[in-house]
Amino acid sequence: MTVLRTGPMTVIKDAGRPGHAYQGVAPSGAVDRGAYARANALAGNPPGAAVLECTLGGLRVSFDEPAVVALTGTDAVLTVDGTAAGDDRPVPVPAGAVVAVTVPRRGLRSYLAVRGGIDVAPVLGSRSTDQLAGVGPERPAPGDVLPIGAPPADPVSSPGAPPPTAEGPLEVDLGPRDDWFTTEAIATFLGAEYTVSPAGNAIGLRLDGPALIRSRTAELPSEGVVRGAVQVPPDGRPIIFQADHPVTGGYPVIAVLTPEAADRAAQLRPGATIRFTRAPQ
Amino acid sequence: MTRFLRCGREAVLAEVDDLDAALALYAALRDAALPGVVDLVPAARTVLIRLDPAVTSPAAVREATAALRPGDAGRADSGTVRIPVVYDGPDLAEVAERLGITADEVVARHTGARWTVAFSGFAPGFGYLTGDDPTLDVPRRTSPRTRIPAGSVGLAGRFSGVYPNDSPGGWQLIGSTTARMWDLSRAEPALLVPGVRVTFRAVPRCG
Repeated sequence: MTVLRTGPMTVIKDAGRPGHAYQGVAPSGAVDRGAYARANALAGNPPGAAVLECTLGGLRVSFDEPAVVALTGTDAVLTVDGTAAGDDRPVPVPAGAVVAVTVPRRGLRSYLAVRGGIDVAPVLGSRSTDQLAGVGPERPAPGDVLPIGAPPADPVSSPGAPPPTAEGPLEVDLGPRDDWFTTEAIATFLGAEYTVSPAGNAIGLRLDGPALIRSRTAELPSEGVVRGAVQVPPDGRPIIFQADHPVTGGYPVIAVLTPEAADRAAQLRPGATIRFTRAPQ
Repeated sequence: MTRFLRCGREAVLAEVDDLDAALALYAALRDAALPGVVDLVPAARTVLIRLDPAVTSPAAVREATAALRPGDAGRADSGTVRIPVVYDGPDLAEVAERLGITADEVVARHTGARWTVAFSGFAPGFGYLTGDDPTLDVPRRTSPRTRIPAGSVGLAGRFSGVYPNDSPGGWQLIGSTTARMWDLSRAEPALLVPGVRVTFRAVPRCG
């Protein structure tokens, strides 16, 4: 597969790089894990295969040999030699064809899986590019030739109907440090509208909205965080950590998004408005 | 006494009294290799336990962790690393002035202290070192530098650390080392991992 254009940002991602946090290495991996897993399933790949994570479309690749591809994550359309081939289904690609991802109207990150997976060398057990730490494969650039792995023995099978598009507030579980905030701050957090600021990336999403007031001002020693953790720095504006989050943060985490909500957060564009709500227990 | 804090559906945050207890709990969890635990993030007073919800649950991990009996064997096994340092950092004079001692005395205290890697973070291979000399306590620079060269040895609060790669940073720089903190050609790329003891040794500038 030859990369012709990457759009605003295309990186190689897989299920991530667990087991190295003690060395200061983030879990990384696909930012929208649900869409990533579905792209692999549609392409007939085993879980964990490497795909292209394409932000805001604009990706163009060509294939030397026949291939099967699948696109998920946004409403971007997959085209083969300029003809729309749809998304969320396996698409056969003839040798020599050019595959492109249009600019999505909804969502941010599209996942392009190729049957066989992108077979670049893993770093510390993962083919994910960690954009904060610079661990993992280089960002693909026009002209790069990306190796594709041998296709799996199993035939392509449908993973079933696409999941319904979730609407409504992002569901969270309070903790681990919700007791560092006033009762009013918790109520504000679970009631107010927040706007996604432009300063977002695969590390974190910054939010604009009412400041959350802490009940404790003591120093909190740095501690580990997870994808979907909502950290509140001294200015009171929450930050949602995404896949490439750093290993430790020095500020209290008021709540953690459910995995499904963290996937939805991965698709939020700057300017989007969101609310948080408590997840059913 | 271990306190368990809720941390979403895919992790448990275990909080203990101090760094020694955190390192002991981390070593016990590492050795126990509990089913479904995919990553451990040791910190100053906590260990974050990341889990695969398809295999286990936060409740099961809390129960299994509470049943562990952390000792201090894990710390004793982690070894010692000696790091050669040229003490010519751009902040050495200012650090000495803040502490009311000479630059030579800063070097003597830094090389005389026994340091332990408390936890990693900020960048791959960056270990936060805690020492046994409480007098080495300086604030971060009020304005972080935009680029600090790899190998720079710094102080911040009561921590010391070595920058593994060129990066921005706000620590007070007292020297530099040629030791490689992060090397992907090694089986374990980070030279400094939690529990390792570290001593610094002053060496003359080469060439």
